[in-house]
Amino acid sequence: MADTTAPPQSQASYVRSGGLTALIFLPPALTLFTVFVILPIGEAGWYGFYNWNGLAALDNFVGLENYRQLLANKTFHQAFINNLLIIAVSLAVQLPLALGMAVLLADRLIGSTAFRMLFFLPYILADVAAGLIWRFMFDGDYGLISQTWQALGGDPLYILADRHWAYAAVLTVIVWKYFGFHMMLYIAGLQNIDRNLYEAASIDGASPWQRFRFITLPGLKPMIKLSVFFSLLGSLQFFDMIVSLTGGGPLNSSHTMVSFLYYFGIGRMRIGFGSAVGVLLFILCATVAFGYKRWLMRDDND
Amino acid sequence: MTETALQAHRPRKGPLALPNSDVVPASLTAPLTGLPRFLILCFVAALVMVPLLATALGGFKELGELRTNPFGLPKVWQWENYRGILASARYWRILGNSLFISAVTVALTLAVAAPAAFAFAHLRFFGQRFLFNYFILGLTFPFATAILPLFIKVRDLGLLDTHWGIILPQVAFSQALSILLMRNAFRQLPAELLDAALVDGCGYMRFFLWITLPLSRPILATVAVITFVVSWNNFLLPLVVINTNAKYPWTLGLMDYQGEFIVAWQLILAFITLTILPAVMMFVLAQRYIVSGLTAGAVKG
Repeated sequence: MADTTAPPQSQASYVRSGGLTALIFLPPALTLFTVFVILPIGEAGWYGFYNWNGLAALDNFVGLENYRQLLANKTFHQAFINNLLIIAVSLAVQLPLALGMAVLLADRLIGSTAFRMLFFLPYILADVAAGLIWRFMFDGDYGLISQTWQALGGDPLYILADRHWAYAAVLTVIVWKYFGFHMMLYIAGLQNIDRNLYEAASIDGASPWQRFRFITLPGLKPMIKLSVFFSLLGSLQFFDMIVSLTGGGPLNSSHTMVSFLYYFGIGRMRIGFGSAVGVLLFILCATVAFGYKRWLMRDDND
Repeated sequence: MTETALQAHRPRKGPLALPNSDVVPASLTAPLTGLPRFLILCFVAALVMVPLLATALGGFKELGELRTNPFGLPKVWQWENYRGILASARYWRILGNSLFISAVTVALTLAVAAPAAFAFAHLRFFGQRFLFNYFILGLTFPFATAILPLFIKVRDLGLLDTHWGIILPQVAFSQALSILLMRNAFRQLPAELLDAALVDGCGYMRFFLWITLPLSRPILATVAVITFVVSWNNFLLPLVVINTNAKYPWTLGLMDYQGEFIVAWQLILAFITLTILPAVMMFVLAQRYIVSGLTAGAVKG
C-alpha cells in the first residue's frame, strides 16, 4: 500500500529544487487532511477518556471507564460478533462465488460482458437503497420471499422481525451487493495470467479442473489477498445498510460496531463513549492494514 | 503492492480489456463451457435481477396488488405513483443537493490533490517522504472511526447543517487515495519532458498546468469517478451533519420518504427506483469507464 518504489534514476538529473513550488502545492491538501482526518482521529483518543455530552465543558475525566462499559456491553458483543459474521460470509460464500463467476466470465465467451455488467450493477447502488429494496423483499406482508413461501403453502415469514434471522438477511444482501466487485478484481487478476501456461497445460493433458487448481488459483493469489483485505475493511465500516434494512433491531440483535457507535454514541450524545468505540475501530483497522502488509511481504520473500 | 501487479492496466483498458491473443472464442481459463456455464450464469443473474425488477415493477402496482399479484406484471400500470414523485419538488431537490455536493467534492478533490501529487512525483523537498507516508496513513481509516470528533469539528467550525460540512470532510478523506493514484500516474510521464521544459525556462507551475494535467486525463477521470460515486452514495456523514429536510442529499431523502410512507410500499418502491435511476443510467452509459475506474482505483490503491 505504502510507497515502496524509488523514483526512476533518470529523474535525479532534473530534480534539483522545487521546494518553493512545494510550498504552494502542498498546504491545501495538508491542511484539509490534517483538520478533518488526522485531528479527529487523535481527538477520538482524547474524548474516549471523558464522560461528555458534546456541549458541557470537557472536564469529567473518567479514565478507562468508557472502555470498561464498552467491553461489558452485551449489545456491543453482539455487534462485534456480527462484524465477524460478515467476514465469515465474505470468505465462505462471497469469495468462492466471485471467483467462480470470474473464471466463467474471464474469456471472450457468449454474453461475458453483459453478465459482468449485470453482476457489477448492485455494487454501484448506495447501501441505503440496496437495504430498502431488500427490506421490501423480506417484508412479511408484501415481500417476494414471504409471498413465495406462502405460495408453497407456508405461513407469512417475518424475517426482519425475528432476532435469530434478521442478521442472516443482512448477510444475504451483503453477498448480493458486493460479490460483483470482487468478481471484477478476480477478472482483472485473470488477465495477468500468461495464456501460454494454459495452452501448455492443455497440451500436456491437464484437465480443466487441474488447470484451475494449478494455474488459475496460484496466479490469482495476490488478488485473493486484496479481496480478503477489502472484505475485512468493509466489514469494519459497515453501517448504511443496517440503518435501512433492520435499524439494528429487533432487540438490538443486528448491529455492527459502527451502527452501535451511531445509535449509542451520537444517538444519545455520549461523545466519550462513542469515541471509545471509534478508537477500538481505529485499532482494528490499523491491525488489518498492518497485518495485510506483513502478509504481502511474507509471500514476496518466498 | 499492486502497482507492479497491474502496471499495464490503464483505466481505458482496465479489467474489461480482453487479451489480444484470445481472438478465438474458446476458453482456456473456464473449467465449464457451453450450456452448463450458461445455465449457472443465468441462475446467478436471476438472483441479482429479481429484487431490482420487483422494485421497479412494484412501483407500478397498487398496494393491494403487491399481495395478490406479487410475481406478475402489473394488471393496470399505475403511472400515477411515478408521476406524482416526478412532479414533486422534493424528488428534484434531493437529487440536486446530491449533485451539488458530489460535483463540488470532485472539483475540490482534484484541485487540492493534483498539485500535492505533483509535488510528491516531481519535486524534491525536505520531509517529502515523511509527508507522503503521512497522507498514506489515511488510506485505511474510514469516516466511521472518527465520525464523533468529526461531528464536533464540523460543529465548532460552524458548518453544521450546511453542504460544506459534508464536502470538506469528503475532500479531506479522499486525499490519501487520490494523491497516491495521481502521484503514481504523474511519475509515468517521460522524464525527458520535464528536463526539456525546465531547460527551456518553463516553470514547475506551467509544466504542471499545461503538460502534466492534460497528459494525465485518464487518472484524473479515475479519481473523479471514485470520488463522485463515494460522495453520491454517502450516508453516514450527511446523517450526522444535516438536520434540515431541504438540505438532504438523496440518501437521506430516501430514508426520510420511507419513514413517512412506512407501509405504502408501492410509493416507496417507485421512489427507490427513481432515486437510483441516475446512478443506473450513468452506469449503463459509461459502464466500461465506471467499472475500470472503481476497480483500477481499488487495485492500485
